[in-house]
Amino acid sequence: MAKFWFEFSQQKHIIQFWSRHMSIPNNLRYTKSHEWVRLENDGIAIVGITQHAQELLGDMVFVETPTAGRKLKQGEECAVVESVKAAADVYSPIAGEVTAANPDLELAPEKINQDAYAAWLFKLKPVNAADINLLMDADGYQKMLESEEH
Amino acid sequence: MNAKMVDFGGWDMPLHYGSQLDEHHKVRHDSGMFDVSHMLAVDIKGEEARDFLRRLVANNVDKLVQPGKALYTCMLNPHGGVIDDLIIYYLSESHFRMVVNAGTADKDMAWMRARRDELAPQLEIIPRRDLAMIAVQGPNARVRVWEVIPGSQAVTEELKLFQAVFFGQYFIARTGYTGEDGFEIMLPSNEAAEFWNALAAAGVAPAGLGARDTLRLEAGMNLYGQDMDETTSPLESGLGWTVDLKTDREFIGKEALLAAPATQQLIGLVLLDRGVLRSHQKVSTANGASEGEITSGGFSPTLNQSIALARVPLAIAAGDEVQVIVRDKALRAKAVKYPFVRNGKILV
Repeated sequence: MAKFWFEFSQQKHIIQFWSRHMSIPNNLRYTKSHEWVRLENDGIAIVGITQHAQELLGDMVFVETPTAGRKLKQGEECAVVESVKAAADVYSPIAGEVTAANPDLELAPEKINQDAYAAWLFKLKPVNAADINLLMDADGYQKMLESEEH
Repeated sequence: MNAKMVDFGGWDMPLHYGSQLDEHHKVRHDSGMFDVSHMLAVDIKGEEARDFLRRLVANNVDKLVQPGKALYTCMLNPHGGVIDDLIIYYLSESHFRMVVNAGTADKDMAWMRARRDELAPQLEIIPRRDLAMIAVQGPNARVRVWEVIPGSQAVTEELKLFQAVFFGQYFIARTGYTGEDGFEIMLPSNEAAEFWNALAAAGVAPAGLGARDTLRLEAGMNLYGQDMDETTSPLESGLGWTVDLKTDREFIGKEALLAAPATQQLIGLVLLDRGVLRSHQKVSTANGASEGEITSGGFSPTLNQSIALARVPLAIAAGDEVQVIVRDKALRAKAVKYPFVRNGKILV
């Protein structure tokens, strides 16, 4: 989610706002590029974008997810979320093979706005599940957001 | 109002107050309001006002015969490029008022003053930063304004489109940038907050720049800096209808326009595949023979699919299927005549 393309006027604009009252779930891990990931009991990892990313982008209108079987490297561009105002790439938080994409999002991308931590984008079988623990926890992500604010 | 703020041409502007989609639908189906005080009203005062404007702008101010009447026009440079698009209101023979874009206001003022010094040194050109501007738009917009400004119904009910009238401290124009009915209202800045709050209390939904952009795109209205600028001809920007080449009036840029007939046009696109069209994406015919570029693109909340304005060669016609390169994929789109939406109805 590093790239945002804003559509207004002559110049690119930097969104200068911040969400101040969000809660960041403790049971997820986070990336600098605002993805979340959770390891399930069956060893499959679930990936989505954070509440913060959702708020930055606004009303979602289109989601493109990777197909099952695709092998992803850590940090690889693998999905796109587009809102009324911007398109953003989604990067895979860890290396792995895609096992499923969320079928609900094609017709209802607004589910991401409604609950970013429930509307997962895709699942993958990690190459190394321990990689997840190297990502930021909720505290670390919160601190990163606070530092970006300044 | 819990607005998400964004920098827009040096102004802190509300992008949206919650959901941009909700704001869009509210304008299409009920009423919404936009604080557009960043746009600049400029009073042109003096006996030579009309003569000056005959030279200054591409549309013909002689169409303005009835006080209160408004005219949409481009102001061109000598190369025929668009310095700005603006509205001119005819108030009296010695008083015209124009409204120019925010991002171009400074260069517009400099350009106009320089032309004034050459053509009509006595003329006064007065920027009106003391005025705020609120656009109230939607099928119920006028009724809501009448509720909020007692007595205004009697003087504005008969206003035709593109007409304006003074009512007390208010300058009320039946104009807009959404494709819906409504008013654009100028008033003293220090009265604006109270007026805004009264409109909100009457049920008018605050709406931000985001909804303003999707509404104007559906309405097929140009955005300066995206759909046209100083390097593009109005004839290649869907603005030929605003350029008066029929009379023998000489205006700045006319010679250049006559010397360079249009080879491109602005057309509408409706995306047939899934995705979102955005500005600067490349457009081509299936065989790749004709190529163009999207100038404004986005998601249309009313059509529930993506639409765009694109500058393409004249060979592409409404009904043609074209390709748009979106990231690494070629998506199918249909060329259409715009506007896409007017008065709540889908037209494509």
